[in-house]
Amino acid sequence: MTNALDLFAQVTVNGIAVGTIYALVAMGIVLIHKATEVLNFAHGDLLVLSAFSAWALIDLVGLPFWLVVPLVAVGIGVLAYGIDALVVRRIAGQPQFAGVMLTIALAFMIRGAVSMGFGTESQSYATPWSGRTTEVAGVAIADLSLVITGTALLIAGGLWLFFRRTRLGVAMQAASQNQLAAHLNGVRVKRLNSLVWALAGVTAAIAGMFLAPVTLVDTSLWLITLKALAAIVLGGFGSLPGAVLGGVLIGLIEQYAGVYMPDGFRDIAPYVVLIAALILRPRGILGEAHGRRV
Amino acid sequence: MRFDYHTRYAQGFALLRHPSDWLAYGSLLAALLVLPLVASTYLVGELGYVLILCIAAMGLMTLTGFTGQVSLGHASFVAIGAYAHAWLMAQGVPFAASVPLAALIAAGAGLVVGIPAIRVHGLYLAMVTLAFAIVVEQVIGHWRSVTGGYTGMVVATPRLFGWSVGSPRAFYYVCLALCVLTLVVLANLMRSGLGRAMTGVRDSEAAALALGIEVNRVKVGAFGLSAGITGLAGALMAHHIGYLTPDAFTLLLSLDLVLMVVIGGLGSLRGAILGAVLISLLPNAVSALKSLLPTAMARQSGLEIFVAGLVLALFVLFEPTGLNGRWLKLRALFETFPLYRRDTFRRQKTYMKSERNR
Repeated sequence: MTNALDLFAQVTVNGIAVGTIYALVAMGIVLIHKATEVLNFAHGDLLVLSAFSAWALIDLVGLPFWLVVPLVAVGIGVLAYGIDALVVRRIAGQPQFAGVMLTIALAFMIRGAVSMGFGTESQSYATPWSGRTTEVAGVAIADLSLVITGTALLIAGGLWLFFRRTRLGVAMQAASQNQLAAHLNGVRVKRLNSLVWALAGVTAAIAGMFLAPVTLVDTSLWLITLKALAAIVLGGFGSLPGAVLGGVLIGLIEQYAGVYMPDGFRDIAPYVVLIAALILRPRGILGEAHGRRV
Repeated sequence: MRFDYHTRYAQGFALLRHPSDWLAYGSLLAALLVLPLVASTYLVGELGYVLILCIAAMGLMTLTGFTGQVSLGHASFVAIGAYAHAWLMAQGVPFAASVPLAALIAAGAGLVVGIPAIRVHGLYLAMVTLAFAIVVEQVIGHWRSVTGGYTGMVVATPRLFGWSVGSPRAFYYVCLALCVLTLVVLANLMRSGLGRAMTGVRDSEAAALALGIEVNRVKVGAFGLSAGITGLAGALMAHHIGYLTPDAFTLLLSLDLVLMVVIGGLGSLRGAILGAVLISLLPNAVSALKSLLPTAMARQSGLEIFVAGLVLALFVLFEPTGLNGRWLKLRALFETFPLYRRDTFRRQKTYMKSERNR
């Protein structure tokens, strides 16, 4: 009995650890979607790029981990700012689908550039927490997972404070609700949107750098975008708490299905739940209902 | 210059409106018919593949371009068509019956996906189709008794009325016939009441509903039709590949199909075909490009995907109406030659439009 309970506790903890990673990636996508209504399919590839850059800086150049983290975060942030200011901004006013296609195109280009620049082999690098575990109430947790979960919660809290308490955050909220009205009130909408992209880029970089040592530094890391998108849709589009909730739920479902269900269900369970949830509740769990416009 | 001067009512909605259209499309068809007699076997095989992709792209165009429902999971219908066809062939069903049956099975799967489409739209629908494609891929991988799982499944040689059509040349004609058939059926459908209803649903659901169009039925029907056509392409694809594994029908194929439809130009059959031709020829173009580059760069593997992304990005940014839009502009230039004004097709200044309250 206690054995089954222990297993359950372990699986739950693993699920939450994996789920917070999804939540962290999902938050970056929601940020951009909320501000500019562009669904950023290139987010996962920013993750890949940051993981490979961190690997190159640590293993090839030999910089210490703590110097690389801010360096890569700022670098990816600047890149994301540039992507919006130079490319994505130009399609404002076109249907939503154009944004999806453009970011898929950008995703292809980043992925191609990464495999041309860094090679296609999987890499890995060490962090200060690699290979160590902590035992909390009889459940073993990898230190790296704890750090990731802590970072994700820290970023979520930081974003919450940022959007509630700072002028810039309130301006971003205003711009996301009505760009024209915000512009007429003196908010510099274009620059704000690019800043939101930069912010999302920084979250992507942090997620990439902490996630890569857990899995491997590999271009297939971008597939996490699919899980993050599932989390966003499950939680309800355009809602940051929804993204966190959806991410944790997807992580839990995945881990439970992996342990308690037959082989092969681990990969499809999140998506089956997603389809069922959307049929029952088309707006997601925390999504807002809107009226229809002709 | 050419003037549209109609003397009969039927001229207004004829498929080919001018004698020159008959000449152009007739000579294109004649060229495609004669080509296998002069081209190499490899080239004919590749062209057959292009024709199959044309059918699949037309299938997706029916859904995304004409009915406005986004699908990021059309590879699943290709897979269902291919596996259904291969399984039916293995059970002894003749080729001529198995292909339509496979298309029907895929259409049934499309109806199943179409039902959630009544409830969700936009990006939510894109996610539902994406999730469905992932589920289908995994199911195929694990349903060993029918699909052979990840080890794969051999496709029997097609025989049509006692003749083997397994050789690239014979199979090319099968593909061509089915491609032309699909094109004619869809072109006629789009000028019928049902086709107009689909366009209405795309442009404004609420307005279509107010005009008495059964929006839900049209959506589900469009899903079924689109999946059926894509399944037909899948059945042909099974023979082109020859050995089916789930790896052939991943998310990348879905994205390739979306790429074809968008680069070709949403909302036109000509666009679907032009897009399919361009995207399927792109890898060949890149490998030709590689021979011009220094060897250090040419050995890198990411170039294909980079070029595909670049082409897509340039189209979205500079020619949102796709290849079809560019074609129409070129044609307008030649038809009105001395009087062409550049501003005819100029894009007006656009502002951010929210789609949140749809």
